Amino acid sequence: MSGWLDTLIQGVLLGGLYALFAMGLSLIFGVMRLVNIAHGDLIVLAAYLALVVVDATGLGPLGALVICVPVMFLLGYALQRGLLNFTLGGDILPPLLVTFGLSIIIQNALLQGFSADPRALRLGGFETGSFHLGAGISVGYFPLLVLGVAVALAFALELLFARIPLGRAFRATSDDPEAVQLMGVNDQHVYGLAMGIALAIVAVAAVFYGIRTTFAPTDGPDRLLFAFEAVIIGGLGSFWGTLAGGIVLGVAQAVGFRLDPGWGVLTGHFAFLAVLLFRPTGLFPRTR
Amino acid sequence: MSFSVERATRASRIGAGLTIPALAALVTLPWWGESSWMRTFVEFACLLTLAQMWNLLAGYGGVVSIGQQAFLGLGAYALFVLADHAGVNPFLCVPLAGLIAALIAVPTSKVVFRLRGGYFAVGTWVVAEVYRLLIANASFLGGGSGKSLAAVRPFSKALRESVTFWMALATVVLAIALTYLLLRSRYGLALTAIRDSERAAASQGIDVDKTKLWVYLASAAGCGVAGALYYLNTVRVSPDAAFNVGWTAYVIFIVVIGGIGTIEGPILGTLIFFLLRETLADYGSVYLIVLGAVAVLVMVRFPRGLWGYVQQRFDLRFFPVQRRVRLDAAAGAAPHSR
Repeated sequence: MSGWLDTLIQGVLLGGLYALFAMGLSLIFGVMRLVNIAHGDLIVLAAYLALVVVDATGLGPLGALVICVPVMFLLGYALQRGLLNFTLGGDILPPLLVTFGLSIIIQNALLQGFSADPRALRLGGFETGSFHLGAGISVGYFPLLVLGVAVALAFALELLFARIPLGRAFRATSDDPEAVQLMGVNDQHVYGLAMGIALAIVAVAAVFYGIRTTFAPTDGPDRLLFAFEAVIIGGLGSFWGTLAGGIVLGVAQAVGFRLDPGWGVLTGHFAFLAVLLFRPTGLFPRTR
Repeated sequence: MSFSVERATRASRIGAGLTIPALAALVTLPWWGESSWMRTFVEFACLLTLAQMWNLLAGYGGVVSIGQQAFLGLGAYALFVLADHAGVNPFLCVPLAGLIAALIAVPTSKVVFRLRGGYFAVGTWVVAEVYRLLIANASFLGGGSGKSLAAVRPFSKALRESVTFWMALATVVLAIALTYLLLRSRYGLALTAIRDSERAAASQGIDVDKTKLWVYLASAAGCGVAGALYYLNTVRVSPDAAFNVGWTAYVIFIVVIGGIGTIEGPILGTLIFFLLRETLADYGSVYLIVLGAVAVLVMVRFPRGLWGYVQQRFDLRFFPVQRRVRLDAAAGAAPHSR
């Protein structure tokens, strides 16, 4: 029995990381209905960026965030204004194809630059530390920190959308990109900021991901699929939903891994498909 | 004022005239060509078939999937299961693989069609991953490391290669011909109407869901046949290779660069793909970076692709699928505009 409780707890903690993957995706879904196929590859790219920063500066992985977050923000803003804005509009094909192309370019460029060997970020002991809850259950400090950051980010993003002028501009642009221009909002700039914030979150997710497990250039697609599943399971339009979706996915995978090591990812996919079949709007939908 | 509806072009008549001797020359290739040419052609034919299927789905039907590798992989594994475990003749398995892929596409569609647009695209990818993982967990199929096709051992290498080659030729010709005929029929008209506006199409009495389902199934069948043929050619399959999203990446690049929504586009795109791959063969995966960058550039700057440009510039159409009204010269009308 305590074995299953342990599985549940580990699943929730893993879900914190998946929620981090998903927050940025959820944000750009919400603001510009863009499905960014390169999202997972951008996570992996940010992890390599952190690796380079750690090697070059001697900062720890968490210290490297001071550089990685602004760099990824700028990259996101530039990517949106320089490329992705040209693909937005009625047709769904251009944004999908362009981000798919980006995904392939990033993967293969990382392969050329860093080889296929898996890499990792090291934190010097903290990532393996844990405390005991009794009954043979122990909780790692680091996974708990990741979950805490995911909760804090969901809270911050909800606050941004509900109370801050920029969040209001996000919502307004999402509702009607033409009408907001009459109100003096530059929709192109708003999209740029949204992608910038999304990639800043990606930088945070990437560093935690790189500390938790190893990463390799071709790991992006799985990160995208997990993030996507978390968003759809949680329901579109709510960051609390995305957090819950990540946790559901994490638990489903943990249960699968416990049943058979080959099934972990598969049971996560099954949870996603079950939500699609029985509750297509997600668990906590909110149309914004 | 008198007018006529034009359904063929001079290029399409000349093209049809040239196709027959070209096909006749290709059919005899096993007697005068090298076996490496045949293998390359099979690969070419499979990619072109996949590209035509994706083009039919996305370029004409507006259904953008990035999970077509699901049906390619299922077709490939249908071949290995039927031939090695059920003792069916491996060459007969190729059309059966298409049928099985289409059958599995029926329940698959029930799930993925719950999603729209971009969500649909990623959803199809998740489903492809599910099939990959299910097969990778099936030990009787060799698990993650895959298996070799034992059923071809009784056939001589020359016979196997020639028959595979002919089947690939037949498949790609059929894929193009059937797509062409479908698009010229009223169903093709319905399909393009749906792509341009689902709501308007429905208001004209088109059953949108049913039409999209049928084109999804047809595309799955085509991908299944292409997958079976490809792995009949290589005689070895693994889940990671057969269900690789790279297949869909190649196909999308081919269609976008060549010209989406045209039948000529995928043909041109596949030729460019092979040319690039052979030219950059010594530089690892650089050709994929180049291909991706070109596809992104084409999508943003020339969304109709190379053939779309040619069509617009020279009004050249080998596979005219549209109906064009021409006013008769006697009526004194101006020459047609595109």
